[in-house]
Amino acid sequence: MNVLLTPDSIRPCGDHAVLVDLGTQDRRRALDAALQASPPTGLVDLVPALQTLLLTFATEAHRADAVARLRSIDVDALPVTAPDAGQPIDITVHYNGPDLADVAAHLGIVPAEVVRRHTAQLWTVDFAGFMPGFGYLTGDAGGLDVPRLATPRTRVPAGSVALAGSFTGVYPSPSPGGWRIIGTTDAVLFDADRTPPALLSPGRRVRFVEGPR
Amino acid sequence: MSRALRVDRPGVLTLIQDLGRPGHARLGVTASGAWDRAALTLANRLLGNAEGAAGLEVLLGGLSLTALQPIMVALTGAEAPLLVDGRPAAQYAPVALPQGSRLDLGTPTRGLRCYLAVRGGLDGRRVFGSLSSDPTTGLGPAPLASGAELVVGSDVAGPLGDTDLASGRRGLDELVLRVALGPRDDWFTPEAIDLLDTATWEVLQASDRVGTRLSGPTLTRVRQDELPSEGLMRGAVQVPADGQPLVFGPDHPTTGGYPVIACVLRNDADALSQAVPGTRVRFAVRRP
Repeated sequence: MNVLLTPDSIRPCGDHAVLVDLGTQDRRRALDAALQASPPTGLVDLVPALQTLLLTFATEAHRADAVARLRSIDVDALPVTAPDAGQPIDITVHYNGPDLADVAAHLGIVPAEVVRRHTAQLWTVDFAGFMPGFGYLTGDAGGLDVPRLATPRTRVPAGSVALAGSFTGVYPSPSPGGWRIIGTTDAVLFDADRTPPALLSPGRRVRFVEGPR
Repeated sequence: MSRALRVDRPGVLTLIQDLGRPGHARLGVTASGAWDRAALTLANRLLGNAEGAAGLEVLLGGLSLTALQPIMVALTGAEAPLLVDGRPAAQYAPVALPQGSRLDLGTPTRGLRCYLAVRGGLDGRRVFGSLSSDPTTGLGPAPLASGAELVVGSDVAGPLGDTDLASGRRGLDELVLRVALGPRDDWFTPEAIDLLDTATWEVLQASDRVGTRLSGPTLTRVRQDELPSEGLMRGAVQVPADGQPLVFGPDHPTTGGYPVIACVLRNDADALSQAVPGTRVRFAVRRP
């Protein structure tokens, strides 16, 4: 059955942008890949998040044309995007984070099992956001779902490796944050002078490797 | 390319800004750029520069510069006293700075942010194609500091311009911002939507280039569940848990997890750049 994008799933953002709510991560990934492969005329930014895509345009007319095109796309007929064919990158983590014990207690396991689950699975950068170079990574095995801290920290150091919801992420630079910190890495997550600037761009696959504490 | 201006006093916060670095939001990189885009582009037109040439965004005046070579400048945006070697000079017009002369910019009498363009535009190291300074993430050049020397480029499009029609909305006591509902207006009560269209809010002191915080009637939600983070844009009117709206500015985060009830139309989104704390803000909902 064809499930076209309904007007309800294409939501206005001012006069130059639309938010497309795909309802599921898989549908969002499929449309993101299709729009990257064939961008609408006048597209300035395409911002993926969990189940949505934000599209901003150079002009209102570009937006109108793109909305007409979006309404004709059968998202469920789009090819399911294959994971990034490139080799996963290794990120060495010192599992010494201040929340490691709390995370283990929350999950009913010992801290060493948190480390095992974090290092044993293959993670994929699902989308980026929050700050330059911050990626939201989803794992292929799960088992590390924890809520955010009730009260965010006012300062999380750069290189903090953390968990929230079903995601893991690494803070590229110091910032306030509510994710639970399980370790630190020396990896440089973002460098505007590097190509590519972000280590964890959407689609990138990652393995975390345990380093000395 | 040469060192043309020395910073003697930087003022409260003076940033190099052009029209920003759009196109990298999927990496978490926000566009930044001049908040009052009309003011920066007007200053550039007055000098015959390309519209998007980099200039200075000066918050609350207090800037003093010395010209290290003869140079033309133009001041737009907030109304503020401009002195060259102690003598008043015109705003909204090209002004010649002789070599060794001193420029002093006083505190604005209307509005918050002045834009000082120089003929040729400022030059420097571009990050994602832009000279804009984003003090929140540290991308781009640092805020101006005493003793810094500014490099002038060759971003000239033509001869000096005529005095142009100046935007008349800087520092108004009350702003009316046109908005389009959505993307998450259905998360709010019908009463909240009515309030958005009719009530008045006040600009709070705790506002900056990330966002303008407003105080007024509470916008009540019909849904209390958590919204997964989604893309944000300049002009988005986000409503955090306390029901007091926040309008995102040029240094907004690229994603956020509170519902956006409406977005300010592009041509109205920059007016908040000049809104002093206490300015009254109303929203006019544009019906489709």
